[in-house]
Amino acid sequence: MMGYENQGHEEAHLYATPEEMESLVLTDNDDSSHHQSQPNHHHPLSSSLPFAAQIPTDDDHLLASPSSLMHFQSQSQNPIPIPNHSSSFKFILEPPSYADAVFRSFDGDHINETNGHDSSSGDLSSSPPSTVEYLSISVSDPQKEQDLANSLVSGGNTYVTYLITTRTSLPDFNGSEFSVRRRFKDVVTLSDRLSESYRGFFIPIRPDKNVVESQVMQKQEFVEQRRVALEKYLRRLAAHPVIRRSDELRLFLEVDGRLPLVRNTDVASRMLDGAVKLPRQLFGESVGAVDVSEVVQPAKGGRDLLRLFKELKQSVTNDWGGAKPPVMEEDKEFLEKKEKLQDFEQQISNVSQQAESLVKAQQDIGETMGQLGLAFVKLTKFETEEAVYETQRVRAADMKSVATAAVKASRLYRELTAQTVKHLDKLHEYLGAMLAVNQAFSDRSSALLTVQTLLSELSSLHLRIEKLEAASSKIFGGDRSRIRKIDELKETIRATEDAKSCAIREYERIKENNKNELERLDKERHDDFFNMLKGFVVNQAGYAEKMASVWDMVAEETNGYAKDGS
Amino acid sequence: MQQRSFSGVSQSPRSPSKQPPYLAVSVTDPAKMGNGVQAYISYKVITKTNLPEYQGLEKIVIRRYSDFVWLRDRLFEKYKGIFIPPLPEKSTVGTNKALSCAEKFRFTAEFIEMRRQALDIFVNRIASHHELQQSEDLRIFLQADEQTMERARSQETGIFKKKPADLMQIFKDVQSRVSDVVLGKEKPVEESNPDYEKLKRYVFELEDHLAEAQKHAYRLVKRHRELGQSLSDFGRAVKLLGACEGEALGKAFSELGTKSEMLSVKLQKEAQHLLMNFEEPLKDYVRAVHSVKGTIAERAAAFRQHCDLAETIKLKEIDLNKLRLTRSERTVDAEHEYEELKADGEEARRRFEMIVRLMNEEMVRFQEEKTLDVGLAFHEFAKGQSRLANAIADAWRSLLPKLEACSSS
Repeated sequence: MMGYENQGHEEAHLYATPEEMESLVLTDNDDSSHHQSQPNHHHPLSSSLPFAAQIPTDDDHLLASPSSLMHFQSQSQNPIPIPNHSSSFKFILEPPSYADAVFRSFDGDHINETNGHDSSSGDLSSSPPSTVEYLSISVSDPQKEQDLANSLVSGGNTYVTYLITTRTSLPDFNGSEFSVRRRFKDVVTLSDRLSESYRGFFIPIRPDKNVVESQVMQKQEFVEQRRVALEKYLRRLAAHPVIRRSDELRLFLEVDGRLPLVRNTDVASRMLDGAVKLPRQLFGESVGAVDVSEVVQPAKGGRDLLRLFKELKQSVTNDWGGAKPPVMEEDKEFLEKKEKLQDFEQQISNVSQQAESLVKAQQDIGETMGQLGLAFVKLTKFETEEAVYETQRVRAADMKSVATAAVKASRLYRELTAQTVKHLDKLHEYLGAMLAVNQAFSDRSSALLTVQTLLSELSSLHLRIEKLEAASSKIFGGDRSRIRKIDELKETIRATEDAKSCAIREYERIKENNKNELERLDKERHDDFFNMLKGFVVNQAGYAEKMASVWDMVAEETNGYAKDGS
Repeated sequence: MQQRSFSGVSQSPRSPSKQPPYLAVSVTDPAKMGNGVQAYISYKVITKTNLPEYQGLEKIVIRRYSDFVWLRDRLFEKYKGIFIPPLPEKSTVGTNKALSCAEKFRFTAEFIEMRRQALDIFVNRIASHHELQQSEDLRIFLQADEQTMERARSQETGIFKKKPADLMQIFKDVQSRVSDVVLGKEKPVEESNPDYEKLKRYVFELEDHLAEAQKHAYRLVKRHRELGQSLSDFGRAVKLLGACEGEALGKAFSELGTKSEMLSVKLQKEAQHLLMNFEEPLKDYVRAVHSVKGTIAERAAAFRQHCDLAETIKLKEIDLNKLRLTRSERTVDAEHEYEELKADGEEARRRFEMIVRLMNEEMVRFQEEKTLDVGLAFHEFAKGQSRLANAIADAWRSLLPKLEACSSS
């Protein structure tokens, strides 16, 4: 409309900056009660959330007292050039009685299993452990260190170490409280060792490696992100009933100095004896005992070339060959569960996404409500100052109660959002857990593939012996070279049989692990999700009730304006 | 002419009936007429009255937006000093930059309803204003058949119709004068009335504050819709998850999903309620302030005219005296002109003073009206939010026992 063109240059002054609005809104001293939970420095739901950084953390202005409303008002450069004089917002928006707006988290009575099963609870460090066997880990104090070994070569390689502090009552450990320094590389090693030793288990996935420049590596934000991720990871490990008792984890947590976790086999030996042990005769070496650990590991690319080749051939045969492979995945129950889990993964992913949108929408509405409240605060101030008629003062009073309510509601939305995030975070956790599940399933398939490969190998060896025997029997007195070959093959068969037994044992072991883990997953999922739903629902209801009472008051106050019969 | 008010006390001596006089108008039943570019919306305007100036107790006519504009323009011309009730904007020009695709929007149900409501309020305000309700133009608007109306509308010539550019100029002048005064640069031909200056400043600043509040109110409506949408999507996704889970947990998810979808509907409803009963009144308030600005401009024009004439008269007087001294033949003519000028000047002064007087009364009425309007809007806002919050709380609370039951199994 007409008057607007001239207003443009004034707009910037009359409308408050978002920061100013934030400071006006965030002055509830009861928020100090929120320290019962870990500060979520980074949004648990996902790093892709754009608004993650804006959710107030406990180190914000939340602890200011109500009277600092005025404090903030005078502190921030208030650009409003309203031609008046000494008044501040204080007399407009007197500190509301926060007694009726106590923002306690609604899941105060939410029972957190402290036995370590509730892997997402952040309370392990603050509340005293109530069960017998606890293992509580925290990651802190990132420090830059110099890699002395390579410093001459690469001109000073710096990396970051973190202080890993453990408190535990488990008998496996030497002591109840101790700390070590570890770098990220150590975590990678730990993770790799665990996947080797605990095939078939749902092992929590470690944080990403993040291949970035060293510049970025040392940036405050990145280091902090990583610290949080590491802590989460270690806590998840501690929450796993089997893994928490593992040697690997114990060594990682306990042993100061260099991490004593070495690879079971190093590159060189693998190349020479390792994978090529299976079809021995190519190398013409004597057959020794098969190292179980060889068979038990999946073929690793680049090193177990021959084995990889054979297993690949086998899997192609499985898929394309006419004949059924010698051993098949027959466990129907397992196959059903697997399919169900795939479906579950998809649905969880979907819900997780929608939950993100929901949280954002909630946050947005709270923000806009706050801005509306602020606009009315300004209007109230204006009308009060400029009032010529009594009716203006009446209007200003009405406006003030609406403004106060809107600001309160905005704060409630903000709190609600923070709580919702904590609850719905479970969804994201389970999405991550699915990665571990898929890994465990693939352990199983590769173990099966190894068995199948060995079986095919055996049958082709037998076939060769047959052929040789047939050919040899035709020659009178026997064929020396052929007989020798047959003997060699028989030796190979023996070795391969041993390997096969190992492989089958391993496969069965993994199957058993899968089964147990699936049961554990089912139970935990059941409990976790019920708690999540309850928490979500209780929160939504609680905050809605608070909001209702805020608005009821205003509706009551403005009842006089209501049209008859409304 | 008798001053008639509808408090029901005074009656025309001619009226035989004992019933208090009433004039009730409503704007209803929007209908799309015509096709393509020529298409427009028509409204039924129903008048119920026992006033003798009107033909019969009830009359229904069909009017379109431009008819309302005609009425507003006529009143603006004839009743200077009075704040003419504001009209809703033409669809292509909106205070809401969020509006895109203006053409299609013109015919959405939401826009049509908003406009109908605003037009209804417009006519009712005129009908209940003690001066405006007596206007001949109002009677034409309420009673004339469509052809007459169309003729009247197309007869609008430059005499009556101020071109937008002129009005713009006047606004600019007023505005620059306000700022000049604020900055201390007095210009000539300006009322030096400190109270009035204060009033002008008040009006201009009020508009800014209101516009901001209205902007956020509109955004809040949008946020409600968005939250509703995401609740719906969330509910659907949760139900799918429930189907996948099965058993007790699956059932729990399904129930949650259903509640979520139900709340989504409530949110959309509340968004609409918020729009019609809170955002629209705020927008109406902004428009009303524009109307006041229009009157300010008229007053400035009248003042200038009055001053200009006063100047001219003075000069003429000097001339005349010169002529009288010289006993020129032109003296007689000059005296005629002088008398005419004096009459004009008197007229201009009267017009200006009437505007001043009316404005003062109008300001009181305006402030009172706005307190009531805004108070009602606040009440509706609070009621709506309370209703919504209670519905949300109830919905989620009702899930709890079911969740408890399921989880223990």
